Amino acid sequence: MRKRLALKYVAGGLFGATVSALVVGSTAFAADADPVTTLGQATNLLWVVIGAMLVIFMQAGFALVETGFTQKKNAAHVMSTNFAIFGLGFVGFLFVGYPLAFGGFDTSIYFGDGGAALNAEPLIGSGNWAFLWQGWGHLGNGATPAVLAFFLYMVAFMDTVATIPTGSMAERWKWKSFVIWGLFCGAFYYPIFAAWTWGGGWLSKTWDTMSLGAGYVDFAGSGVVHAVGGVAALAGAIVLGPRIGKFGPDGKPRAIPGHNIPMAMLGCFILLFGWFGFNAASTFAATDIQFATVAANTAIAAAVGAVVGMYYITFKTGKPDPGMMVNGMLAGLVAITAPCAFVAPWAAAVIGLLAAILAIEAVFFFERRGIDDPVGAIAVHGCGGLFGVLSVGIFANGQYGAGWNGALDGAGNPIKVEGIIQGKFGQFGAQLLGAVVICTVIFGFAYAFFKIQNKFTKGGIRTPEDQEIQGVDIPEMGVLAYND
Amino acid sequence: MKLITAVVKPFKVDDVKEALNKIGVLAMTTREVKGVGRQGGHTETYRGAEYKIDFVPKVQIEIVTGEELVDSVVDTIRTAAATGKIGDGKIWVTTVDRLVRIRTGEEGNEAI
Repeated sequence: MRKRLALKYVAGGLFGATVSALVVGSTAFAADADPVTTLGQATNLLWVVIGAMLVIFMQAGFALVETGFTQKKNAAHVMSTNFAIFGLGFVGFLFVGYPLAFGGFDTSIYFGDGGAALNAEPLIGSGNWAFLWQGWGHLGNGATPAVLAFFLYMVAFMDTVATIPTGSMAERWKWKSFVIWGLFCGAFYYPIFAAWTWGGGWLSKTWDTMSLGAGYVDFAGSGVVHAVGGVAALAGAIVLGPRIGKFGPDGKPRAIPGHNIPMAMLGCFILLFGWFGFNAASTFAATDIQFATVAANTAIAAAVGAVVGMYYITFKTGKPDPGMMVNGMLAGLVAITAPCAFVAPWAAAVIGLLAAILAIEAVFFFERRGIDDPVGAIAVHGCGGLFGVLSVGIFANGQYGAGWNGALDGAGNPIKVEGIIQGKFGQFGAQLLGAVVICTVIFGFAYAFFKIQNKFTKGGIRTPEDQEIQGVDIPEMGVLAYND
Repeated sequence: MKLITAVVKPFKVDDVKEALNKIGVLAMTTREVKGVGRQGGHTETYRGAEYKIDFVPKVQIEIVTGEELVDSVVDTIRTAAATGKIGDGKIWVTTVDRLVRIRTGEEGNEAI
């Protein structure tokens, strides 16, 4: 019973922190609350909203990276997919996805007395998802600032997932098909794994059901966001096929240079900036000063990733290819996203180093198999993300996050988040299970979506050959990116 | 009347223009072009994949002048534009059948 109560309040690591940190009740704080506590709660709310703003700004970062790495004749199209994805994913998530992933919670925690208490299970997997409207508390008058701040932060993360495939599928994806992806991602694709993990679902409970460490732990989403996006990017790139001219008659990959390297690198810096909201604000509390550690670890992984990326590609090809330097930094950022709160700075550096090399090799790996990814989204977000997931199980030092997912041992003590460096293997098991689920179930879900959509779309989801050759800006968008 | 066309390295355009001004030739037209010569381009890598750079940015300068000035214009351009390295460019001379100044309607040598 105590375990279940703990679960109710702590459903999902992030969520649990939210509940304890954010305001309960109506828009005004309770009159008899200690003013310092009230101020702390308000500050924490501010922190979450600032975090959401930073993550939403990352949409610009993705847009610039992808457009810079692709061809001038498609720039309006690529930029537009990154623009539109924000709204499309948002709408899908607002009405369907958020209720599915987080809507089944006991909302009396948010709404104080008078809110409807629901099952303390996320709708997906609880058998309750047929009652979708029960998850619409965030839309009505009962939506408190705390609920809305949480929703805003979560929608920003969802939109990050949604925008990842626009990179691997750039330059040959039909606009109308892309639009369906946006709605689908926000409504269904992202919520599934989010519900299973952050929403308090079965992967978060493996500390109990399978004795695996503290259950699946993912501080800001190497798995929940980046790997989930990365496998969708892979699925989409496979279904679309490579760009015309990408592979020679001998199967050897040909370079299709991006049209604006400065744009891509500026985008990378914007992503770096936004990532401080992505990771550090995932404490959900400014009063939880671990946010400073998280921010520093994030920057360390980014910097080491960038430097190692530079050295590695120079070693491989003789020159510091700007695209690979960008991928190196982003790989470090993606990989540190799950472990950032749980590892020492030295480990953040190691994670950045390994992630950069992994991502660069992954670019070659997928290219050798005939998969065309114009920006390296699969390598950076897919492979980097999975590595980040596993890194928690390797490098977590047990100093933060005890009791994550409500994990308690037999004696009722909170279970620490500890990895192999602490001699513990259970956490790695939980992380590995999560990674396997992403690579199989979630990948399969995305692949099925694209395959089915391709079958039922007249002419398939790929743009016609003549449009691709001339550039999809005019045929699909009606305007040129650059009119000179 | 002759048309003198020169394809030169972009950073040499200002030198050519000043040298021509010194011999009294002020009027010319330039455009940005790409060119390749007998070397046939070279290979670079982008994200680990090789690609050939065949065409290199150049600037094409066109001058219409009287027959008596052709040799000195060609020599001036050549001296100003040469670096001694591959890719310096070429100059060629063709004949102009008719020349008209748009503002006034002047024709022939008066339009130069």
